[in-house]
Amino acid sequence: MSEIDLHVNGESHTVDVEPDTPLIYVLRNHLKLTGPKLGCGQEQCGACVVLVDGKATNSCVRAVSEFASTKIVTIEGLAEGSELSPVQKAFQDEGAAQCGYCTSGIIVATTALLNSNTQPSDDDIHEALHDHLCRCGSHRRVLAAISRLTEEGA
Amino acid sequence: MATPSDKHPSIADHPDLDQWIGMGADERIILHTGKVDIGQRISTALALIAAEELDVDYDRVDVRRTETDIDPNEGFTAGSMSMQHSGKAIRMASATARRFLLARAAEKLGVDAATLVVEDGLIQSRDTNETITYWELMPDGKFDIPVDETVAVKAPEDHTKVGTSVLAKGMREIVTGRMRFIHDMVLPDMLNARLVRPPHYLAELKSIDEGVIGRLAANNITVVRDGSFVAVVAADEYASVKAAGQIANAVEWNLKDGLPTGELYDSLTSNERISLPVVKGGAPVDEPVLRLKNPPNEAISTASTRFEKPYQMHGSIAPSAGCALFEDGKLAVWTHNQGVYPLRATMAEALDMAVDDIHITYVPGSGCYGHNGADDAAFDAALIARAVPGKPVLLKWTRDNEHAWEPYGSAMVCELRGSLDANGKVIDWSHESYGDTFMARPAPGRVGLPAEKLLSTHYMESPLDWPVAPPTMGAHVGVHRNLEPLYTFPEPRLVKNLVRRLPLRVSALRTLGAFANVTAMESFIDELAEAADISPVEFRLIHLDNERAKEVIITLADHMKTDQAGQDEGRGAGIAFSQYKNVAAYCAVGIEVEVNDEAEVKLHRAWISCDAGEVVDPDGLTAQLEGGLIQAASWSLYEQVTYDGGGITSRDWETYPIIRFNNIPEVKAILMERPGEPFLGAGEAVAGPTGGAIINAIYSAVGLRLRRMPFDPDAIKLVAMQ
Repeated sequence: MSEIDLHVNGESHTVDVEPDTPLIYVLRNHLKLTGPKLGCGQEQCGACVVLVDGKATNSCVRAVSEFASTKIVTIEGLAEGSELSPVQKAFQDEGAAQCGYCTSGIIVATTALLNSNTQPSDDDIHEALHDHLCRCGSHRRVLAAISRLTEEGA
Repeated sequence: MATPSDKHPSIADHPDLDQWIGMGADERIILHTGKVDIGQRISTALALIAAEELDVDYDRVDVRRTETDIDPNEGFTAGSMSMQHSGKAIRMASATARRFLLARAAEKLGVDAATLVVEDGLIQSRDTNETITYWELMPDGKFDIPVDETVAVKAPEDHTKVGTSVLAKGMREIVTGRMRFIHDMVLPDMLNARLVRPPHYLAELKSIDEGVIGRLAANNITVVRDGSFVAVVAADEYASVKAAGQIANAVEWNLKDGLPTGELYDSLTSNERISLPVVKGGAPVDEPVLRLKNPPNEAISTASTRFEKPYQMHGSIAPSAGCALFEDGKLAVWTHNQGVYPLRATMAEALDMAVDDIHITYVPGSGCYGHNGADDAAFDAALIARAVPGKPVLLKWTRDNEHAWEPYGSAMVCELRGSLDANGKVIDWSHESYGDTFMARPAPGRVGLPAEKLLSTHYMESPLDWPVAPPTMGAHVGVHRNLEPLYTFPEPRLVKNLVRRLPLRVSALRTLGAFANVTAMESFIDELAEAADISPVEFRLIHLDNERAKEVIITLADHMKTDQAGQDEGRGAGIAFSQYKNVAAYCAVGIEVEVNDEAEVKLHRAWISCDAGEVVDPDGLTAQLEGGLIQAASWSLYEQVTYDGGGITSRDWETYPIIRFNNIPEVKAILMERPGEPFLGAGEAVAGPTGGAIINAIYSAVGLRLRRMPFDPDAIKLVAMQ
């Protein structure tokens, strides 16, 4: 075990874990941030995605020790108190989820995309969400939520 | 509609109002239901119905997660039956409750009940200024009266909530990451578990390196073993993940013969099978199958086709999980399966326990789309919990576990033949379907031991035999779902073939046999329409006498015409139709595609027109239709479970690809307005027509008729070369 300093959702934490533990287990079990989901454990489905220094990043494989000097934001860190972030609000308004298991990763990836590009093309969107799988078929509503955000931003 | 002599099944089993509605603390209304919300928004629809009949705000209504002993037993949440079952029951219960509350208020306030008006649970008489709330009238919270099935419910024109779009129950929790799934459960002293499964179905455990077990034990990690069932349990979740990896490397399996590897589609039509004719009404009968005769003399053209669909998986985004606590001879289980009562009865049998000693609570998982690994994972958790009594165990399957061990939707073959007369009318029709069972949910009251349907019963010290399902004889239940055409074909020859000795584990996947049957039928209809030189829309209409069916097709065609479907260079459009189970929602689908230079099918636009009877939650219904279309498009274009003698080779999302964001069509959904009509289940209605419309659209775009799923570039190139 070793002590690792993490900066998550604006707060500093020191966790005492095996350094090879993938980040997601630390977020979920030590910091009780269960928004990021374990879907495949192989960086294939996107359910575990969090922001790492603003970039959408899988948390299910890479060891927590690699994230020691980064700023991590999980879906729980997007809202300001009870005020939803614009992306969360757009997803809620469009009903862009059915079971919701993949949604947290998709909202985080959308946030990263729009933070770096306020007017993404269809190709930009498809690339940003390429590795996010949804089985209920909420894709169309996710795309509608993104359109709503880019039109508002236009 | 129900009459007193035609009792509603859910109310017949649960006649007391208190079994459906509770007056909660903090002026809440609590609904009890046996139907679970698996992302299909049933709780939103039920809350709308109750809010409407009770005259309370939608936000004031909470829908409980189903729990044995507390909530009604409504069997499985399956087959697009939730609105007919729970929706109708909640409507009658809510109206009964409202009438009771108003009568009690009239008495308390000393006024005529007819003078009372209700707004959000606050009752006031038009004659006085006095008010009283529902909750003040119900100090002990109990109604102690039965649900009255003859109670007057609101007229559709008086509805102010039903039929409106609301924020779905749970949506805010989902978008904030605060929705609690079973995977997020935390109980005091909870242990985490992972499985070590054999390489394939038939392998047996030979040995585990005792040294590794000892080293894990020294770190307080327990290896649970029961025959060939192997699991590891640790306090820390990632420690259980690592330990499972160590055990997987320390275990030796006897691989036996491996899986059969004959050509799948040959096996489907040549293996031993039970063949039964399917008669009017859609049910098989235990009679000899009539052989396929020569086409009638009046036939001026006859065509035949063969459609093939591979095994496909539910592919839930969350691997299944289960939580269990074994303590003082009693078992508590938390599961995301679709029926807590059937699972309880089955687990009691498998564990040789009394049903009353098991308590099961539903906790959401990710979408399941049928019988995925949920029931099995619950049982696995119970097996592990039994070995570590007194501590709750949360078992999570891995992605590999889910892909390789879930019960798939059966591969199928459909063979069709149709003959036309000089007027372009179908005068002879034959449709034979071949497949394995879709009926392997663990539940009593079905043939065979329920316990055989729980995966790990085949790996325990005294393993049970694998189930061999008898043919299901109900209408539209199994391989023969939607085998009977709704079209007015004279005396169609319909045959269900339940095929034996197929290689993979199977059970209920969304729509059962209907996806293959409708896809095959609706693609073949287009072939016949072309032979008759009649448009696909007109050809369907002249073979229908059902006005609601015709209306969804005409509505679809009108929208596609206005939107100039398939008119752009390189694009093609196709349509298809079915009424799910010939009794549930009517659905017509249009798809516009392009086949690009890489032989990929690109989905551009889609149209859905649907008559689901009275619509309670239009946004939720639309979401189900859009989602069903996207899922069925994924099945059609991308999906097949692969395997070889060594076992399943589709073990992750690279080896079992599904649809991605770069091939999602624009979808326009049109809902027929049918106020006051009975609810028609709609969660599965769109799948079959989607498959058929895709085939027809590809044909329209490039002149190739695809007959073997998935329609990936290899399949397109193969057909192009023929």
